Amino acid sequence: MNTNDKKQVTRREFLRRLGVGGAFAATSLVGCTPKGRTADTASERRPDAAKMTYRTTPTTGDKVSLLGYGCMRWPLVDPEDRNSPMDQEQVNRLVDYAIEHGVNYFDTAPVYGRGLSERVTGTALKRHPREKYFIATKLSNMRDFSREGALAMYRKSFEELQVDYIDYYLLHSIGGGDGIPTVRKRFFDNGVLEFLLKEREAGRIRNLGFSYHGDVKAFDYLLSLHDEIRWDFVQIQLNYVDWKHAGRRNTNADYLYDELWKRGIPSVIMEPLLGGRLASLNEHLTTRLKERRPEESIASWAFRFAGTPEGVLTVLSGMTYQEHLEDNLKTYSPLEPCTDEELTLLEDTAQRYLRYPLINCTDCLYCMPCPYGLDIPAIFKHYNKCINEGNVSASSGDADYRRARRAFLVGYDRSVPKLRQAAHCIGCRECVEHCPQRIDIPAQMRKIDAYVEDLKQGKHF
Amino acid sequence: MNFYRKGRIVAATLVFVAVTLLFLDFSGTIHRYLGWLAEVQLLPALLAVNVVVVVALVLLTLLFGRLYCSVICPLGVMQDGIARLGLRAKKNRYGYTRPRTLLRVGVLVLFGVLFLGGVGSLFALLAPYSAFGRIVTNLLQPLWMWGNNLLAMVAAHYDSYAFYEVTVWWKGLASLLTAVVTLVVVGLLAWRGGRTWCNTICPVGTLLGFISRYAWMRPVIDTEKCNGCGLCARRCKAACIDPKSHTIDMSRCVVCFDCLDSCRQGAIRYEVRRKKGPAKQSQPTDGARRSFLTMGAAVVASTVVAQQQKKVDGGVATILDKQIPNRQTPILPPGARSASHFAQHCTACQLCVAACPNGVLRPSGGVMTLLQPTLSFERGYCRPECTKCSEVCPTDAISLLTREEKSSRQVGHAVWVRENCVAASREVQCDNCARHCPTGAIQMVEQGEGKAKIPTVDAERCIGCGACEYLCPARPFSALYVEGHEVQRTL
Repeated sequence: MNTNDKKQVTRREFLRRLGVGGAFAATSLVGCTPKGRTADTASERRPDAAKMTYRTTPTTGDKVSLLGYGCMRWPLVDPEDRNSPMDQEQVNRLVDYAIEHGVNYFDTAPVYGRGLSERVTGTALKRHPREKYFIATKLSNMRDFSREGALAMYRKSFEELQVDYIDYYLLHSIGGGDGIPTVRKRFFDNGVLEFLLKEREAGRIRNLGFSYHGDVKAFDYLLSLHDEIRWDFVQIQLNYVDWKHAGRRNTNADYLYDELWKRGIPSVIMEPLLGGRLASLNEHLTTRLKERRPEESIASWAFRFAGTPEGVLTVLSGMTYQEHLEDNLKTYSPLEPCTDEELTLLEDTAQRYLRYPLINCTDCLYCMPCPYGLDIPAIFKHYNKCINEGNVSASSGDADYRRARRAFLVGYDRSVPKLRQAAHCIGCRECVEHCPQRIDIPAQMRKIDAYVEDLKQGKHF
Repeated sequence: MNFYRKGRIVAATLVFVAVTLLFLDFSGTIHRYLGWLAEVQLLPALLAVNVVVVVALVLLTLLFGRLYCSVICPLGVMQDGIARLGLRAKKNRYGYTRPRTLLRVGVLVLFGVLFLGGVGSLFALLAPYSAFGRIVTNLLQPLWMWGNNLLAMVAAHYDSYAFYEVTVWWKGLASLLTAVVTLVVVGLLAWRGGRTWCNTICPVGTLLGFISRYAWMRPVIDTEKCNGCGLCARRCKAACIDPKSHTIDMSRCVVCFDCLDSCRQGAIRYEVRRKKGPAKQSQPTDGARRSFLTMGAAVVASTVVAQQQKKVDGGVATILDKQIPNRQTPILPPGARSASHFAQHCTACQLCVAACPNGVLRPSGGVMTLLQPTLSFERGYCRPECTKCSEVCPTDAISLLTREEKSSRQVGHAVWVRENCVAASREVQCDNCARHCPTGAIQMVEQGEGKAKIPTVDAERCIGCGACEYLCPARPFSALYVEGHEVQRTL
């Protein structure tokens, strides 16, 4: 039972326990040397605003904090209810704390958080002097390619964010659809890109860039136009797994980063934690990392990895909880770059990590709402959690099959209401085109459903 | 306290708690150890033609009197508990009454007629074990489940899987009302007069009363020691001690041994029979005592179509609750053989309803099959690996099936409704029914160029498990629903 408990520690609890452990270690020293660390020193380990690492953009000379705030996952009033409004007060507190500790980059989009994120973010930021922070938002014209639609969306962002200029403006999610033709339809044929370039000249957009997922041809195509357009920055998905192992549906981050580095374009990093999956690894991988840096979280390794390359401008993290914010601030105040040895260790961690077939859902919610009521991200999250905790059995003959079976089935009903489980996926495929990770959601649903049936029917497998 | 009485109270308490747990348990674990307690109940044993149990119970009664009524019957023990509370309010409240043989025999005959006539519903209303089962499942099991859910919440907090949450749902007004009325009537009678119900209405009491007249061991009044104070009669909850004639009516005595304790002269002993019992006396029936039957009829009249409890959850797209389709023939639990066999053998004790882990079984609201279980698939389907209801049934109304038999037992067949089908009407690609059909009875067929495939049912291969009905995305009425079969067969 003890080992189970250890495995089932969530990241939040883990941080809490870590804090207690640290305090304990510190007090135990007091007895030996009067001048040694006291319990108070534990709080000295808290983030220090003066030490935040900053990177400078070549085109505008902005001094950007290495930790950027991703505004996609703001806390909800009722965290259990995916339809709940955002908790503005809690957001204000998080934003205040972040700014106090040196964070100055806030990334949102018109489609984030059911369209509520821009307004909530703008409201929280408005309470601070405008020159204290940079706002990034995007043109999310994935469904409507018309010029009018795009311009309306652009103007609405100013209104929602309550600002008169936008520091970082991105063409949102290049590489979706059918690649280059979609890019041309979204930004070229309708003259939207031309319009945005003029807006940049007028100063209403200070930096222009794009974010990329998916078809690498679109990425290459836009970079080939760099001499004409002069991209101020590009946002890419980078973490120690995607660095060399992005899989056939996405592009390795080392390639993306090198292409940008060659051209002197700063990279903004998204998914440094792979949708939170790199915040908790299985027991073996956790132990290896803990042996090296016992007091630091597993997530801190991913953040240090993402912040290490010098061409990285800022690393975005969607911090819903104060604990995550504090932990990340600690990691970057200041950044301690990964050594070559550590990079090798992380590459090995990535390879071992990939042996467990996790579903690479990042909980971005683009697939939601499912018209048939499924809670797609919650199903994937439960499945991944079970894999990480060793509760997905390779065979019904496994030694702890009975325990794992119970944990999977009871946990399944706990984390996903029965009517929103994988069995109800009819395979209409409406979600597929919305997934930036290009997961074949219906196929995965069938896989999980089949596994659940095996468990329920007690089949031998 | 004398040895006999102490033993009776301990044994009765143990049996009572065990039988109650049997009806409370939804996980199937308790049944593995205590399931036999349902099978030793007289009516279920008679219905199951369980010769061993019936012979054993007859012998038990012939030897020791109606021990069955004071120890084994949960409704009897429940009455003793209520009577005890009644005694706190007023001591020595009972007194001798003459036997109401005509009423007793009348009810027994009616009971037999209903049983033979296949009117399971009314017959089930009077069966003591089933009446108790309905009280526990309707009034106590929800509390038990909520308690469990509380523990499940705590367990979830600590990442433990020791407890899991279960849904408490509304199973229909008829069964709730029956349970409440039974509890109130039986409870009031017990409070006022002890075992009045057992000695006037209960068919099992009457039946055992015939036998216990000839009981080998019995309480006997020693006329030499007796000072005629009559205390024993005022303590007798069966009202069967006539202090004037120093006789005890063994047809009504439930051998509770309370009288042994009550006699200050030590004049009452439990010993081997010496002479013949007293002659029987017939009395006119008491109209008021029939109230229960009248109320039973009122329940039938007020039967209301079962409604679904609204489920609240914090999802994204709203999911409409499924509604029960209008089935021409009700679906019976797999193993029920046929509608007539089932109606005659089921005592509507609700043990299977309490044990069904899939939310499929619920008490029926039909007049002829009142409170006997029926299937519907709004909250789950009759899963192929599950044989819980046949395992727990004590009466052989649902005969024991193996998993293989269960998955080939045809309880009905699916019917496709084109208007509801998302593939046919909205042209959405959907094969959820075909994909989940455990027997492969649903085939997706082409409808021509550019059109989505639609499902077709091969009724010959369909077992009526309801997987298609439950998993169909059409709401509130599914595009596939199951029609029951009067006679079940194995494919």
